Amino acid sequence: MRVFRKLTMTELRLLVREPVSAFFSFLFPTILVVILGSIPSFRTPSDDLGGGRVIDLYIGIAALLTLAMLGLQVVPMVLATYREGILRRLATTPVRPILLLAAQLAAALIVAVVSTSLAIAVGRIAFDVALPSQFAGFVLAYLLSALGVFAIGLFIAALAPTGKAGNSIGTLLFFPSMFFAGLWTPREVFPEVLKRVSDFTPLGAGERAVHEAMTGHWPNALSATVLVGYLVVFGVAAARLFRWS
Amino acid sequence: MAVIEVQNLRKYYGDTVAVRDVSFTVERGEIFGILGPNGAGKTTTVECVAGLRTPDDGTITVLGREPRDPELRRLVGVQLQESQLPEKLTVREALELYSAFYPEPADWRALARELGLTERLGARYAKLSGGQKQRLSIALALIGNPRIAILDELTTGLDPQARRDTWDLIESIRDTGVTIVLVTHFMEEAERLCDRIAVIDRGKVAALDTPAGLIAGIAVEQRLRFRPSTPVDDTLLTALDEVREVRHHGGQLEVIGAGNLLHAVTSVLATHQIIANDLRIEQASLDDAFVRLTGRNETE
Repeated sequence: MRVFRKLTMTELRLLVREPVSAFFSFLFPTILVVILGSIPSFRTPSDDLGGGRVIDLYIGIAALLTLAMLGLQVVPMVLATYREGILRRLATTPVRPILLLAAQLAAALIVAVVSTSLAIAVGRIAFDVALPSQFAGFVLAYLLSALGVFAIGLFIAALAPTGKAGNSIGTLLFFPSMFFAGLWTPREVFPEVLKRVSDFTPLGAGERAVHEAMTGHWPNALSATVLVGYLVVFGVAAARLFRWS
Repeated sequence: MAVIEVQNLRKYYGDTVAVRDVSFTVERGEIFGILGPNGAGKTTTVECVAGLRTPDDGTITVLGREPRDPELRRLVGVQLQESQLPEKLTVREALELYSAFYPEPADWRALARELGLTERLGARYAKLSGGQKQRLSIALALIGNPRIAILDELTTGLDPQARRDTWDLIESIRDTGVTIVLVTHFMEEAERLCDRIAVIDRGKVAALDTPAGLIAGIAVEQRLRFRPSTPVDDTLLTALDEVREVRHHGGQLEVIGAGNLLHAVTSVLATHQIIANDLRIEQASLDDAFVRLTGRNETE
C-alpha cells in the first residue's frame, strides 16, 4: 500500500508536469461551464429541456468531458509510453508492473475528481446550478463512468505500440464518444433513435446516469449495466492483451 | 559456492536462434564477465538469468531458485540496456521511489554521491546526459542492496573518467560481498574488472577463463623491440629456444618468440654486456584473445 501510494503520488506529479494535458484536464471543463454560462439564453429555462437550463445540463457533460480527456487521451498515451522501457525496468524490481498501471488510473481519477469538483463549484457559485441532489447516486454514477472509460483507455494502451499511437487512437474515439455524451448538443434534445444509441455508448450512458443523479435519482439499471459491461469487457481484454514490453 | 548456474541455455526469437547453447556458473563474490560481439546472445542470456525472458531450453538457477521466483526481484539488481524512466521524473524522485520498492534499501544519497549524481538530484530524467542516465540506471540497480547485480553494458556512453570511477564503484561493491555479472564489449573493462570471463559468440560459449587464462590460452607470440647499445650477432638470439625470428629495422631489433622471451633475451644481452635501449614488449591482450576466439576484429 505504501508503494502504491508513492507510485500514485509520482504519477500525479508527472501528470501535473505535462502543461497541456494538465491545463485541459484540470481547467477545460470549468472554462466550458464559464463560457456557456456567460450566454444569457443558456441561463434561462427552456421548454425544450423540460424547463431546465442549458447550463444545468453542461455541468454533468463537463464531468464526463474530464473523464473522456483523461481516460481516452492521457491514460493511453502515458501507459503506452511506459511500454517503451519503463515497465521493463519495473519488472526487475519487487514491484509488479500492474501496480504502476493501477497507480496511473488512480492518479487520473484524482485529477478527474478535482477538475469535476471545480466545475461544479464554479457552476454553483457563478450560475446558481444546483448541486447534485442525489449525491451518493452522483458519486456512484461518476465512478461507474470513470471505470468504464478508464477500462477503454487501458484497452487502447494495451494495443497501441507507442505513446503517440495511444494518444491518436484515444483522440479518434474522443470525438464520437463526447458527441454521444451531448458535448455539442445535449442528449436531452437528441432524436429518440440517437438517444437509444447514446444509451449504449460509455459516455452517453455515463452522462445519463450523472444527469439523473444531478436531478435526484440513482443511476438507472441500463446505464449502470452498460458501464459495468464496458469495465468488464475492456478491462478483461486489456488484461489479456497488454504487452509488457 | 555457485550463486548462478546456467546449463545448456537455448533461446529463439521466432526462427532466429539468439542463444544456441550456453552454460556457466558464477561463484559467490566474483565479478563475472560476459564478453562477445553484438548479437552474440549476451543480453538474451542475462535477460533469461534476470527472469525477464523464458528460455526455450536448458535450466537456470539463481541463488538456488528458478529465475522467475518473485523473491529474486529483491535479491537481484538489474541494469538493462534499454530501460527508461519517465522524462519528467527527477533524479531524486526516481531514487526515492525505487528505494521504496525494497525492504532494506541502500542509502540513496550515498549512492548518488558515489555515482556523481548529487548535483543533478533536481534534474529531470530527460535533461540528463547519456552518462548521467547511465549512472542513474546503475544506482537504481544497486538501490535494493542486492546480493547479485547484473549490469548490461555498464559504462557505455560514459566518458573515460566516469568509466574509471564506475569501475572503482563496482569493485567497492564487490568488496561488500555482492556478486556481479557484467555484460560488456569493452576489452579494457573486462580485463580490469572481471575475475572470470565467458566469451560468447554466435550463441555459444567460445571460452571461459580468467582474463590472464584467456590470453595465455591463445599462446600468441610476443615481440620485443629495442635498440642494442652495440650490434648484436643474430645467432646469439636465434640460438635461444624462446626465439623464433629476429628482424632488423634500421638500428632497431625486433625479436619474435614465445614463453619467457623477455628473460631469455635480456639474460643473453647481459652476459654480452649489451644494453637494450628503448625496450618495448608487445604482449597479447584480451583483444588478441578475443579476435582469435571469435574470428572477428571488432566487438562491434
